[in-house]
Amino acid sequence: MKRSTLILLKTLVWLACLSPAAWLVWGAVTNNLGPDPTATITFTTGLSTLRLLTISLAITPVRLLLPQLNWLIKFRRLLGLFAFFYASMHLMTWVALYTGFDLNAMSADIVKRRYITVGMAAWLLLLPLAATSTSWAIRKLGGKRWNRLHKLVYVAAVCGVVHYWWQVKTGVLTPMTITIVVGVLLLARPVLALAQRRRKRVPAAV
Amino acid sequence: MLIGKPPDVPSSAITPRDKYLNRRRFLRNAVSSAAAAGVAALGAERLAQVISPGISAFADTRLQTVKSPLTTTGEQLTSFEDVTHYNNYYEFGVDKSDPAKNAGALPTRPWTVRVDGLVNKPKTFDIDTLLKLRPLEDRVYRHRCVEAWSMVIPWVGYSLSAFINQCEPLSNARYVQFLSYYNSSVEKWTSESNIDWPYSEGLRMDEAMNPLTLLTFGLYGEVLPNQNGAPVRIVVPWKYGFKSAKSIVTVRFLDHQPPTTWNEQNSHEYGFYSNVNPYVDHPRWSQKVERRIGLPFYAQRRATLMYNGYGDQVASLYNGMDLRKDF
Repeated sequence: MKRSTLILLKTLVWLACLSPAAWLVWGAVTNNLGPDPTATITFTTGLSTLRLLTISLAITPVRLLLPQLNWLIKFRRLLGLFAFFYASMHLMTWVALYTGFDLNAMSADIVKRRYITVGMAAWLLLLPLAATSTSWAIRKLGGKRWNRLHKLVYVAAVCGVVHYWWQVKTGVLTPMTITIVVGVLLLARPVLALAQRRRKRVPAAV
Repeated sequence: MLIGKPPDVPSSAITPRDKYLNRRRFLRNAVSSAAAAGVAALGAERLAQVISPGISAFADTRLQTVKSPLTTTGEQLTSFEDVTHYNNYYEFGVDKSDPAKNAGALPTRPWTVRVDGLVNKPKTFDIDTLLKLRPLEDRVYRHRCVEAWSMVIPWVGYSLSAFINQCEPLSNARYVQFLSYYNSSVEKWTSESNIDWPYSEGLRMDEAMNPLTLLTFGLYGEVLPNQNGAPVRIVVPWKYGFKSAKSIVTVRFLDHQPPTTWNEQNSHEYGFYSNVNPYVDHPRWSQKVERRIGLPFYAQRRATLMYNGYGDQVASLYNGMDLRKDF
C-alpha cells in the first residue's frame, strides 16, 4: 500500500473512532443529549466500546480468509486503543455521574451488582493490553508472550457482552446482534486454524 | 391525617404556561410553513408525526382547574416536551420515545370506566361524567421511576377518594385493582414484551383513599396526551411510577391483594407496595439517587427521598410494616 493511501485511511479511521465522542461533546455543549443525558452518555460509550472491540477482533479472521487484506493489521492497535478509550469514558460516567465519586457506593455496586462486577472485570482486562500496546512493549515482552497476553481481549469481549445482557431488563433483546457477532468471531479462530492446518497437510500427502 | 405544609415557592420558578405553549406553537407553525413550502422529502406519515406527535384530537384541550393545597412546591417543572416524549407505556412500544409516536391509535372517546367487585352495585361511569364529578385541581408532583430517573409534573385531577366514595365499596373491600385498556389490534406493540396483558395495578384501600392519590385527567392544564395515559389514569406520587396505572377501563374492589403486572413479571425486582425507598435497592441498581430528566448531565443526579418526599402525608400508612420485606 502506498504511504499516502495509508495516511488517508488512518485519518478516516481516526475520524470514525472519534465520532461518537465528538457527537457526545457536541450534544453536551448544545444540551442535546435527549431527556436523560446521563443515560445517553452511558449507552453511547458502552456500545462504542463493544463495537470497536468487535471490529478489532474481526481483523485476524478477515486476514486469514482474505490474505489480500493483510494490511488491515495496521489498524488493529488503533481500534483496540479506541475501545479502551471508550471503556474508560464508560467507567468514568459510572464513577462520576452514577456514584458521584463515592467510594462506598462504588464498592457496594461492584460487590452487589453482577453486571457491574463483570463490567469492571472487562475494563481491568483491557488495562494491561492498552499498557502493552507500544512497539517497545512488544519487543520487551517478546512476540510470543505478548500474543499470549493479548488473547485476554477475547475474555474482555465476552465480559463486555455479558455485562450488556445483565444490565438490560428481562425480555429485552437489544444485545443480541453484538452477541452473535462476537460469538461468530470467537468460533472463527479455531475453525480457520483447523482449515489452514488441513490445507497444509493436503499437498504433503500428494 | 397530618398534611405537611408545603414550603413556599416563588411563582417565578415555574415555567409560565405561555412560554411552553409558544414553543409548541412555534414548532407547529415552523413545520406547517415548511410543509407549505413543499418539503417533499418528508413522508406524509412522518410529517403528521412531527406536527402532532401522537397527541390525539382531545389533547390540547384546556381544562378548567382550581388550585390545590396538595401541590408540591419548590421544584422546577420538567418540560412539557420531556413529560410527553419520554414515557414507559409498553402497550405502545418498549422504547421511551415509542408511546409518543404510537399512542395516537388509542381511542379515548367514547370511554367508560367499569366499577365492579365488592361494591354495592356494579356501575359504569362515562369519562365526561368523571370529568365533572369534582373540580379539577392543578397538582404538581414529583414522579420517580423505578429505573432511577425522575420528573416533576403538573397533573390535573382530583383525589381518587372522591371517586371511590361514588363507587360505594363494601366494608370488606380491602384492595382496589385498576385495569388498563387492552386491545391487541390497537396496541400492536404489546408483543414486544412478554407481559400478560391487560396491565394491572393495585393499591391497598387506605393508600387509594389517601388524598394524595390522584385520579388524573390532564397535565400542564390540558387533557392528558394519549402517551401519558389518556383519558384517565391514577397517579400515586410516593410510589414508583409503574404503580400509577394508565388509561383505566376497570376499577375493581377486592378483599385480597390483586395480581399486579410488574410484580407478576418479576416479584424479586418489583414489590406490590413499591414505595419510593432509598434504603431498598433494586437488585440491579441503587435507589439512593435518581437522575432528573431534562437537565444537563452534570446536574441530573440527586438524592432520592423516602416516599419520594411525601413521608409527612403517607408514612403513617406503613406503621409497623417491615419495608425491606414489603418493598
